[in-house]
Amino acid sequence: MKKYIDTGANDTRSGFGAGLTELGRTNPNVVALCADLIGSLKMNQFIKENPKRFFQVGIAEANMMGIAAGLTIGGKIPFTGTFANFSTGRVYDQIRQSIAYSGKNVKICASHAGVTLGEDGATHQILEDIGLMKMLPGMTVINTCDFNQTKAATLAIADHIGPVYLRFGRPKVPNFTPEKNSFKIGKGILLNEGSDVTIIATGHLVWESLKAAEGLFKKGISAEVINIHTIKPLDEEIIINSVSKTKAVVTAEEHNIYGGLGESVSRTLSVNLPSPQEFVGTNDTFGESGTPSQLMEKYGLSSKNIITKVEKVLKRK
Amino acid sequence: MTDILSLEAFVKQVRRDILRMVHKVNSGHPGGSLGCAEFLVALYSEIMEHNPEFNMNGEKEDLFFLSNGHISPVFYSVLARSGYFNINELNTFRLINSRLQGHPTTHEGLPGIRVASGSLGQGLSVAIGAALSKKINNDSKTVFILMGDGELQEGQNWEALMFASAKGVDNLIATIDLNGKQIDGSTDDVLNLGSLKSKFESFGWKTLELEEGNNIELIISKINEAKSHLGNGVPIAILMKTEMGNGVDFMMHTHAWHGKAPNDDQLEIALAQNLETLGDY
Repeated sequence: MKKYIDTGANDTRSGFGAGLTELGRTNPNVVALCADLIGSLKMNQFIKENPKRFFQVGIAEANMMGIAAGLTIGGKIPFTGTFANFSTGRVYDQIRQSIAYSGKNVKICASHAGVTLGEDGATHQILEDIGLMKMLPGMTVINTCDFNQTKAATLAIADHIGPVYLRFGRPKVPNFTPEKNSFKIGKGILLNEGSDVTIIATGHLVWESLKAAEGLFKKGISAEVINIHTIKPLDEEIIINSVSKTKAVVTAEEHNIYGGLGESVSRTLSVNLPSPQEFVGTNDTFGESGTPSQLMEKYGLSSKNIITKVEKVLKRK
Repeated sequence: MTDILSLEAFVKQVRRDILRMVHKVNSGHPGGSLGCAEFLVALYSEIMEHNPEFNMNGEKEDLFFLSNGHISPVFYSVLARSGYFNINELNTFRLINSRLQGHPTTHEGLPGIRVASGSLGQGLSVAIGAALSKKINNDSKTVFILMGDGELQEGQNWEALMFASAKGVDNLIATIDLNGKQIDGSTDDVLNLGSLKSKFESFGWKTLELEEGNNIELIISKINEAKSHLGNGVPIAILMKTEMGNGVDFMMHTHAWHGKAPNDDQLEIALAQNLETLGDY
């Protein structure tokens, strides 16, 4: 059982801010836009160092997406910053026509995704954004798990040509991935080897999956844990290789089970290797107010529920 | 300056192209296309410094964006006849496997198109982004955009109008095609736009008016007047009154030809009113 150490809780959005700051220093083509959420998106340092490469658009996300598309004409690499809800659902057609269909090199960076946004409640807690974005042809969809990985992903997407949706969150969460790891878009990461079941997780649920694997280990169940940070394009190889060994899978995500990572994994397995699967995610529901940890618990986004689902899927093997 | 007679001859040929394109596939939008033929010919022949050896980034050249993408026939005709692609490709308009999609797109790689448009109200934001990119690149050329009047009912335009003046986007000239018509009827009846001049001015735009938007000489002088205001810290708009269906008598003074193609007999009458000048495709 591989041990992962939390080197100090931090928020994934700060990882984005740190990555953007570094890009400001290293890539002169990177520009940033924000819709009145500079502090929440941790963009202050980039703005301070690159005032001419930053555009405050106000509370006008549709306009922000269009301006970002236009900025690519002339060679800029625009990073848009706002909450996940306002980065996707609110501006779906702007992204669809002006960015995705037009093949524009825009990086849509979305914070406060999922229920862990907390007390603001369901109006702000989008649980459908992965589904919305993965359905757009040509869109790369990434959901990172901790500070280090979010920073690495932010750097990596600047070098990727094409539209990207980068999803991260609000709360401080364990920071456990290596600081110096390079981020490969579309490559899953095998975090823990196991033989009885494969747990495939994204975002905040990756740490919960590692905790679940520890709990399962104590019960004599050997769980393989895979971090799928890139939901599209999906690393089918790592999934098929693992499930051919374990013959059972549990997916875990802070997202509706309709349209999320779990369904992408299901599709891959049904085509290549039909296998019993259980889903950890919200079940066709909106969120509500509460603390992030209360909400994770209430909506079953916890190591405890992952263990329950593993035990269930093992009975179906 | 190119002499006005030859520009008017160009316009007549563009009208023929529009009519023949939509007739062939019995679909498309001739009314608005005909109404903007003079404007697009003026832009591409007389006003813009542009390079038909198309480069997406468009550095050191003037750029044009079409927000009301449904008038693609006029855009395609003017692009082809300005050297962006072979005029024979106009034959493929709206056909399967064509680069000339119903609404313009970059997706099929048609030279001259820099963003997809068709879902209305998005073009101004994109044009503003391209104008900002030029500012960062110290590129002194100008961004032009044409928008429909009906599409001003989309809220995104007003976000963009507010942004452009607040942020001093003064390397942009937006022209509004005021034909007063949309699919369901006149703009006055569908959703009255009120005084666009006072709206644009209150949003901080230098707002010029052109009463005769189908007079190519007046179009050119109005755009040149607009250009004289570039670099003054404010965005510039031209409210350009046009006649939908201009140049074909039975298509004028009605919204009926917004999205309807002429039949064989109607095409014959329409073409007889616009004789071949530069050679049909």
